[in-house]
Amino acid sequence: MDLYPLWNSLRIAAISSVLVFFSGIFLAYYAARLPSAVKGILDVLLTLPMVLPPTVCGYFLLILFGARRPLGMFLAEYGIKFTMTWYGGILAAAVVAFPLMYRTARGAFESFDETLAYSGQTLGLSNTYIFWRIRMPACRQGILAGTVLAFARALGEYGATSMLIGYTPGKTATISTTVYQLWRTNDNEGAFRWVMINVAISAVVLLAVNMLETKQKRVSRRGK
Amino acid sequence: MSLSVSIRKNFGSFKLDTSFETNEAVLGFLGASGCGKSMTLKCIAGIERPDEGRIVLNGRVLFDSQAHINLRPQERRVGYLFQNYGLFPNMTLEQNIRCGLCREKDADRRERALREIIDQMVLSGLEDHRPSQLSGGQQQRTALARILVNGPEILLLDEPFSALDAYLKLQLETEMKQILREFGGDAILVSHSRDEIYRLCDEVAIMDSGHLLGKGSVKKMFSDPGSRQGAVLTGCKNIEAAEKSGEYEVYVPRWGMRFTTATPVEDHLCAIGIRAHHFRPDVEVNRGRVIFVDETEEPFEWIEKFRYESANENCEPVWWRLAKEAKPQDPPQVLGVAPENIMLLYQ
Repeated sequence: MDLYPLWNSLRIAAISSVLVFFSGIFLAYYAARLPSAVKGILDVLLTLPMVLPPTVCGYFLLILFGARRPLGMFLAEYGIKFTMTWYGGILAAAVVAFPLMYRTARGAFESFDETLAYSGQTLGLSNTYIFWRIRMPACRQGILAGTVLAFARALGEYGATSMLIGYTPGKTATISTTVYQLWRTNDNEGAFRWVMINVAISAVVLLAVNMLETKQKRVSRRGK
Repeated sequence: MSLSVSIRKNFGSFKLDTSFETNEAVLGFLGASGCGKSMTLKCIAGIERPDEGRIVLNGRVLFDSQAHINLRPQERRVGYLFQNYGLFPNMTLEQNIRCGLCREKDADRRERALREIIDQMVLSGLEDHRPSQLSGGQQQRTALARILVNGPEILLLDEPFSALDAYLKLQLETEMKQILREFGGDAILVSHSRDEIYRLCDEVAIMDSGHLLGKGSVKKMFSDPGSRQGAVLTGCKNIEAAEKSGEYEVYVPRWGMRFTTATPVEDHLCAIGIRAHHFRPDVEVNRGRVIFVDETEEPFEWIEKFRYESANENCEPVWWRLAKEAKPQDPPQVLGVAPENIMLLYQ
């Protein structure tokens, strides 16, 4: 059995999760302190991929990065091509998974007790230190939840991925596109194998999150 | 050691506009919640930016809107004790205090300062505890240790006792008084409790909807608050509209009473205040016939509510507060007030 789709799906999900982790936190942190009118507009734009059908996201991505589009042609000059390449899948997965990270991180930042940051500032701690050592640990639960959701979403991405990078065995095939392809070609047994692999990965991820949460609860209960 | 503040900030619904100076003293800000006391502290600390004005601490300009100076909170050297203490929940007590030592580059001196402050604030043995494992008093001492070790030039204390129960409050007030004495520099204490202010501060400023109504020594401001709001905030129970009726005399229409005063009355008098414990049956001046309408028993005192015979029907009762052992067998028919206890209120 060719395991390429597993490997491809995992690297796409992992890399896009890392991208989404940093960009989601960055934008959530700044959005939380914007005036409410600007925040409202930004919120709509950044959350749109979550409510749009993934195929629509894929359509937009093709309009931007298509081989005959200005941006696509520009990037091609540097040898970067997001269509029909495995790393185009990173783009598709990141766009679709981003809102999950952004929204959960923003919720966590908004419930952060700002006096902690203020007391750090008056003590002379740098804003970078306050962000990484005080704000992030205090918001870790929300941020962790956002990361896991984004990873799971990226792993299961189908619509935008199939529009942007299609299905080429051994090249752009991911688990979800493989399942569809195998089912379409009446290879029910093969499709089922990949379905089970996907279910197993998702179950492991969720189990890991649950374990982390109970561990955290135990620590904080000991703290009481 | 001195702080001089003159700031204005518009919040839409209310305007903050305060000017004051402190000099080697503990200044109390007394005001109802939402009057701008905490906002003033935040402006001094650099957490909020005033629209305009100037803040100078010990000769250093912290903020000057005209000269475009606005130091970051990190550069102001202001010790800010927040209402909830602002301890970092993910760090131990020792790590929290170390955050206060972030400016000290010399490792030996840092360790020495850490040991000293932990001993001084009676926190030994608790180094590895997280804030959530500490009692309210220990949390406050940790927060103070973290601030004091930072070497601030002024202490800003924002309602430091409001999160505590009454018994602990008194105990921590005593500790705080000691700490303030040892600190020696300027301090500002914000509170809505006149008792805290009276016990801890040298001076008090009365604040109402963003403005300072008056500032002076605690003794002076409590005996002569000068304004209606000041009288309310210092705990005066009987405040009634009044007008000048002679150089040393005021007339209170709703009570139908004239009172002789100890100081000359100015023309723009708007009200008088009489503290509930200043009525006396044996005082021979400012006497009026009274009718008792109600009474309330407190642990050590009685509150007797009465009405002057000459008062309007719909006038609220006047409060007379007296120690239990001083309560006469039969309610007195006449009560007097010493002239120096008639507080003249001008705004």
